[in-house]
Order: sequence, then structure tokens, then C-alpha cells
Amino acid sequence: MIDLKFIGTKSAPFDADVEKGRLRLFAKAIGETDPIYFDEAAARAAGHSSILMPPTFLFCLEMEHPDPYLWFRELGIPLPRALHGGQRFQYYRPAYAGEVMTFRSEIVDIYAKKNGALEFVVQDVFITNQRAESVADFRRTIAIRNG
Amino acid sequence: MSVLNYNSVKVDDNIPSLSMPPVTRHALAIYCGASGDHNPLHVDIDFARESGLDDVIAHGMLIMAYMGRTLTNWVSQDAIRSFDTRFQAMTRIGDAITTTGKIVEKFIDGDERCVRVEVSAADQRGEVKALGSVVIALS
Repeated sequence: MIDLKFIGTKSAPFDADVEKGRLRLFAKAIGETDPIYFDEAAARAAGHSSILMPPTFLFCLEMEHPDPYLWFRELGIPLPRALHGGQRFQYYRPAYAGEVMTFRSEIVDIYAKKNGALEFVVQDVFITNQRAESVADFRRTIAIRNG
Repeated sequence: MSVLNYNSVKVDDNIPSLSMPPVTRHALAIYCGASGDHNPLHVDIDFARESGLDDVIAHGMLIMAYMGRTLTNWVSQDAIRSFDTRFQAMTRIGDAITTTGKIVEKFIDGDERCVRVEVSAADQRGEVKALGSVVIALS
């Protein structure tokens, strides 16, 4: 069982660059056809300052952490038995290629279902840009299969 | 086509769906690199088998990205206030995902007129992989 003492644990903040090339590759990976997500000229023509970061990409950028699964090991979450149970984003302002995002995270809940056959760890992540403006928050729920 | 705004939509309206080609190992490899999520469960069949699965499974976030495309095909991204997804089932190699969405609520939030859209991603057999609840502000 994941120790409940980890509720409230905060991670050290870290920065990640929003890179044009990564956004282009991401657009390819999800079959994106709207050029504001991969073509700078098209993005500018549509009134954006650069290539627009798509709605789920902040989750990916958070994986730019030097050791993205460190907190799994710290909490004792076994990677082979972990599944992504849920993901929620709250958006405050757009983000563009060339910006720098700062990620701060906190474990906000740990609970079990089905007599412990499933455990859940809930992590909140707060994202600000290089002007210290809130860009978005997200909440990730990891499910651990013990059964 | 009529202008999309708060008054032009009603509860039970569907938003345009999006159909993706079947998930391939190649697609998961590209998503692995592009997303930065290098969890081997999605690309390494040996690791998947050691994890008790028959084969690799797609990243849940790939399915959520398809749902996101469905939304941004319909409205400008800056209209999306929140996007909440619960993953329901594993997506396997060969599954062809279709996303659909329906307006389930119209409401006022502060000084904004909003709709709540329920989005669903299902495979060719109709198995639901993910369900989303999205709040969108409309003029």
C-alpha cells in the first residue's frame, strides 16, 4: 500500500522550454491537421505570437523533468502496475513556442478501492510562464493495480 | 454554416466527430518521443508482458489528445476553460478511435456564457476508452 504520509508532499519546481520542434513532432504524433499547431507562419496569420501549445501538451512537457518517474519511486508506485486513471486540465491563458513553463506539484490524495485491489494517487501540478502568470493547472490520477 | 455562439447551440447538439486510423506500434513510438512519456509499457512488448499484459497499450494521453483535437476542430482553443478525462479501458494495437461529443449543459459562470460538452473516445467495437467533460466559453 502507498503510505498516506506522502499526501501534501511537494516537488521542487522545475522549468521546461516550449520548443517549436517538439510541438511539430507532437502535432505529427496526434495527426493534427490545423497548421496553427505546427506552422509558425500559419499561427501568426491566425493572430498567435508563435506555434500554439495544444491542450494536452502540458502533461508532456511535465515529462521534461530530469527524472519524470522519480516521484513514483519515492512513493513506491511500481511502474509496471501503474495506469493513468484520469487527467484534468484547468486553463488560464495560452502558451506558445519560445515560452518557458515552470512546474510545481503536490500529492493531494492517496486512497484505495475494492479492498486495496486498486490504489489511487492524485497529484496536482501548477504551471506558470516566464512572466509568472498562471497558464494552467492539471490534476493527474494514477491507478495502481494490486489485484 | 451558422455562426457558433452561445445562442446558436442547444443541449443535445453533437459536435463534429473525429475518426483516427488504427493505432500502430509506429504511431506509439512517435508519440513516445513526441510526448516525452517514455514509459516502456507503450512501446516495449517485453516490458508489457512482464507487466501482465499481452501486448503494449496506447498512452491514455494519446487518446486525450485525439479528444483535444475534436474540441479545437470545433472551437478556438482559448475558449476551453477545463478538460477533465477519465480513462475507461486500455487502447490496443489495431484499435481505431472515434471521438464524439455532445453539449449536455448551458450555463452562466460569472460573466461568461458556457457550455459543458461530454466527449467520448471509443474503438471500432464501441468500447469506450475515455470519457471527458469539457467546459467551453462561447460569445
